[in-house]
Amino acid sequence: MREVLIICRKELRSFFDSLIAYILLVLFLGFSGFFTWMYGSDIFLVGQTTLRGFFSVAYWSLFFFIPALTMRLLAEEKKTGTIELLLTKAVSDRQVVLGKFLGTLALVSIALLFTAPYVITLANIGNLDQGEILCGYFALLLMSGAYTSIGLFTSSITNNQIVAFLTAIFIGLFFHLIFEVLASNFSGWLGALFSMLSLSSHYDSISRGVLDSRDLIYFASIMIVGLLLAELSLTKRNVA
Amino acid sequence: MDIEIENLSKRYGTQKAVDNISFKVRTGEILGFLGPNGAGKSTTMKMITGYLAIGDGNIKIGGDAVSDAGDGIRRHIGYLPENNPLYLDMPVMDYLAFCAALQGVADDKIPVRVREMIRVTGLNKEKHKKIGELSKGYRQRVGLAQAMIHDPEILILDEPTTGLDPNQIVEIRKLIREIGKEKTVILSTHILPEVEATCDRILIINKGKIVADGTSETLRKQASGSEIIKVRIEDGSHGDIQFALRQLAGASQVDLLDAAMNRFEVQSQPGASLRRDIFKMCTEKGWVLTEMTALETRLEDIFRNLTMN
Repeated sequence: MREVLIICRKELRSFFDSLIAYILLVLFLGFSGFFTWMYGSDIFLVGQTTLRGFFSVAYWSLFFFIPALTMRLLAEEKKTGTIELLLTKAVSDRQVVLGKFLGTLALVSIALLFTAPYVITLANIGNLDQGEILCGYFALLLMSGAYTSIGLFTSSITNNQIVAFLTAIFIGLFFHLIFEVLASNFSGWLGALFSMLSLSSHYDSISRGVLDSRDLIYFASIMIVGLLLAELSLTKRNVA
Repeated sequence: MDIEIENLSKRYGTQKAVDNISFKVRTGEILGFLGPNGAGKSTTMKMITGYLAIGDGNIKIGGDAVSDAGDGIRRHIGYLPENNPLYLDMPVMDYLAFCAALQGVADDKIPVRVREMIRVTGLNKEKHKKIGELSKGYRQRVGLAQAMIHDPEILILDEPTTGLDPNQIVEIRKLIREIGKEKTVILSTHILPEVEATCDRILIINKGKIVADGTSETLRKQASGSEIIKVRIEDGSHGDIQFALRQLAGASQVDLLDAAMNRFEVQSQPGASLRRDIFKMCTEKGWVLTEMTALETRLEDIFRNLTMN
């Protein structure tokens, strides 16, 4: 566990060292703030003390930002050869993958933490449904975890960061949108299957405040499968 | 800690990178790993460090098989990979602290170790810079520092002196010799004088197989039993001298190098030594021997003989 934390801390630091973290924070807060407070169906237009607007903006902006964070995690190390340095230290492949996963998730959490003023402001304007807010953040974190693990996997299969980014978006798009569209076009078991695979339906139910074990298992399984595949493709260096 | 390698093989597809090699390195020994490009040096080192899985055979470190031991065994190994990959956007000190932490150095000991390695490798002026801002030689020092940060018992260095200037090379070699007294060191290199200067033992591999194993002296003896001597003899005509040299019992070849200076190169029959005979010949004929140098077979020649075919 110590090794995982060391790698996690190092990844988080290198996000800040390489300015990626600042760019992400500015873009994410700028986007979500603009659409939550100033433009479109913002809070003043809707006239309700709810952060639903923010959550739906974050739902899409994180979808694009997370692959941008994860694309370099393993691809860059493979390209520069530092992966050899890392894996010949007293750490396992799994610890490396987990550390990088947690490091990215930590950065996303920091970004979400910076939206706390939204919550505080709303709480001062009117009555806030605290449960809904908490569940909304929780759903965002789960979704981030799922996309981080997918991004980590795509980063592990290539040493080109752009390829890693685009592949992650491509795979992510299925969960984000395509399965849902397919679900509405098919009926019967096929439709049920697609709606089960669709991330948005699980996301919606959690962000509405319904904590169902099926949704939790859904997110947990995406994360576990993504991380295991990433670990597997790291270990695959042996099978040349 | 000893390293024992038993019948190690590794194939990439159909190509055998390492083909059934066995050797042993003892504590306090510095092993020089030589071989042409693509001979399997790096592959062997990568298997010892656990980066690549072992194809066939066995690697034992301190008596334990690497395949059975967990990741913890790598705490005993310091490794400098080929081309010295580094995190270029990390500051030197942070990077060394990160490596120390990963190798299991206790948190309170990390600053001490980092300072110690910075002192040993002479990085004091550069310690706050990002690694990407350093010149190649300094990066190489950072690479060496991270390999030794946890005071490992085994040091595996893949071409440790590439990119260093001559002064640094001397320093690093001295450092490696120093470390090699108590530790087990394997280093690979293309620079043959370096092997002679630093290593106790030389292992030459070619096409995945060991072709020579021994100290530089034993390799020389194996490679050529004959002795080559350069002589300069005065007070005689070069024709007479050359004729007389050819008459010597043990001489196999006599070449005139420089007629004006009366310089010759004499090669002996395998196993024979000519030095005393040449001296006696000169005293008998009344010539004056003003120069006699025994030429050693150069390691380069041995290397070429063993790896060119």
